[in-house]
Amino acid sequence: MTGKIRALVVAGALVAGLAGCSSSDGDGSGGKVTLTYAYWDNENQGQAMTKIAQEFTKSHPNIEVKLQFTPNKEYWTKLQTAAAGGTAPDVFWMNGPRIGLYASQGALLPLSDKIAADKMDLGKYPKSLVDLYTLDGKQYGIPKDFDTIGLWYNKALFDAAKVKYPDASWTWDDVRAAAKKLTDPAKGVHGIGAMPWSQELYYNTIFQAGGYVISDDKKKSGYDDPATIEGLKFWKDFLDQKLSPTVQQMTDNDPIEMFKSGKLAMWYDGSYDASQYFKTEGLKAGVAPLPAGPKGKATVIHGLANVVYAKTKHPKEAWEFVKFLGSEQANRIQAESGAVIPAYEGLQESWVKSMPGLDLQAFIDQLPDARPYPVSKNTAAWARLETDAITKAFTDGQDVEATAKQLATAMNAALSQEK
Amino acid sequence: MSTAGRAVAVKAAARPATRRRLRDRDWVWGYAMIAPLVLGLAVFYLWPVVQSVYYSFTEWTLFGDATWVGLRNYEQLFTDPANGRALRNTFVYGGLSLLGIPLSIAVAALLGTRGLRLVSLYRTLYFLPVVTMPAAVAMIWTWLYNGDYGLVNYLLSLVGIHGASWIAEPSTALYALVAVGIWTQIGYNAVIFMAGLQSIPSHLYEAASIDGAGRARQFFRITLPLLSPSIFFVSVLSVINGLQMFDLVYLMLRRGNPAREDTQTVVSLFFSRAFEEGAKGYAAAMAVVLMLITLVLTVIQFRVQKRWVHYA
Repeated sequence: MTGKIRALVVAGALVAGLAGCSSSDGDGSGGKVTLTYAYWDNENQGQAMTKIAQEFTKSHPNIEVKLQFTPNKEYWTKLQTAAAGGTAPDVFWMNGPRIGLYASQGALLPLSDKIAADKMDLGKYPKSLVDLYTLDGKQYGIPKDFDTIGLWYNKALFDAAKVKYPDASWTWDDVRAAAKKLTDPAKGVHGIGAMPWSQELYYNTIFQAGGYVISDDKKKSGYDDPATIEGLKFWKDFLDQKLSPTVQQMTDNDPIEMFKSGKLAMWYDGSYDASQYFKTEGLKAGVAPLPAGPKGKATVIHGLANVVYAKTKHPKEAWEFVKFLGSEQANRIQAESGAVIPAYEGLQESWVKSMPGLDLQAFIDQLPDARPYPVSKNTAAWARLETDAITKAFTDGQDVEATAKQLATAMNAALSQEK
Repeated sequence: MSTAGRAVAVKAAARPATRRRLRDRDWVWGYAMIAPLVLGLAVFYLWPVVQSVYYSFTEWTLFGDATWVGLRNYEQLFTDPANGRALRNTFVYGGLSLLGIPLSIAVAALLGTRGLRLVSLYRTLYFLPVVTMPAAVAMIWTWLYNGDYGLVNYLLSLVGIHGASWIAEPSTALYALVAVGIWTQIGYNAVIFMAGLQSIPSHLYEAASIDGAGRARQFFRITLPLLSPSIFFVSVLSVINGLQMFDLVYLMLRRGNPAREDTQTVVSLFFSRAFEEGAKGYAAAMAVVLMLITLVLTVIQFRVQKRWVHYA
């Protein structure tokens, strides 16, 4: 087994080395520069990325963009190793949980001066996303897309159980009542899937209950707050009443697949999964804004950004490319592919229209209630504690309140180590 | 396989070596011949070990430099409850992987049965898991273990047992992984045992049967003692491999698996600390402690072997 691990490490180092070589290809070959652009979603967004890169080279003939795809599971490990070795891609995708770490440790090029010099208007992007990529007053990323969460439902199952489709007026009680009517053990159908996933599920209900995950000054965990615990209990009740498959079942069988195959009647999921539900044969899915909790409506908003590597050999060209990625033209290509909601103002409409039959407007309509994805400088250090604890809390026979309070203590300790 | 494993093999094999003085120029050739291996070992094994020890005394951030923090990482090691659990799981894994030894001996003995037909087919089948990619092994077993649609639970349902979600249930997941680990190792171990069995001189069995010893007595009095060097070699390897359990945990337990804490091994915890959370200095301290534990266990095995291993 050691042999295998070592082989993996060596292979990884080779790959990183090759990537490093390729990013300096352009040097000295008549002013032609090759940039490397790393991303992690080929299935949904590969086509759009290729097209954007081609369009960019059309308008910038001396810059070529080489796409570097890495599956999500290995993306961060590889990027981190490459960045530590000084050979990360010139431009790459960044997300909320990682931005604090990458920016604070000097792996990213601050873009504020360039934005000011080129008079780029950041007002074209949702403010919560621009803020997500600002650290200590400096802008590190240009928003690429955004996503909110919606209540997906299976129309055929609703029709069969004679339940009215969810709409914007729904509250938690409507979800509870519907889940009871839709659950049919004989057919293996459950009303809803209560999977311990943060962004898609419990962050939303925590906000709807008036709770919080992390305090605004990023110093304190919200998991010992009674409202936060109420947001978790919303899900635990479905599990206790067997209106949801067990966490173990949903670990064995991805709940996304269960929803697609008609085993789940309701399912909280992000706009980024719309295209796979749209493409699933025989699934008549609809989507509604998230139902309101005791403290009203809320949905988590998150979005990716394009960032520039601090040690890139071509900062000027990399900025040109990032600027292009943030342009209306590049956002339109993303919109038409239907994979994600483009961040650029006014283009959401074409995304909504890209999948006729799904009421995707629900995702856009929720923007006024959107709450930023909770992060701190080293989100990964407590996100892992969070995943383990909440998963445990949702598993049979566990007490949500006690587990959440323990989590708060552990998370506070992790936060106190951030500088 | 690991270097420790190789060392055991060399020690076991080269016992009756005679030494003679090398002539003047022979040593040049000798060193030239071993140079590729020694250099490879030094660059890829020994130097990283030295570096790990150094980094274990530093705080080594994600992309930045390492700053000396003395023993702080080690202090933290003993206060983090996750380490205790991971260590316990690792010991369970290392200990239970020894169960593969009797199974492998049985397989080796069966494959060595005289007059067995299709023997090379069986040998291939048993060895196949050894040369299969861990990712493929993990995927197949993930499906076999599936609580609702898995083959394991289907077979159990035939005899009226309602099986669990084997790798999602905290109480069963570790043992389910152990079973896969043993399964992948049987072929490799069986090859070693087959070689061991073949090297037992047949006249011993003839003499024993003339003296009236039955099959069982022959097995316990002749086969087992003379197989003991192989058993020792395999047990050292199994424990070392067990202590370094990583790939199955990483590949079979997906995000949000409720059994994650109960299956976390030292190496998988090391991986998340170093590469997911970016605490590389702290992770290096974990690696150093694991190395010391492995070293101590191996030394103990070498000490104890004097009492039960018979070199013919």
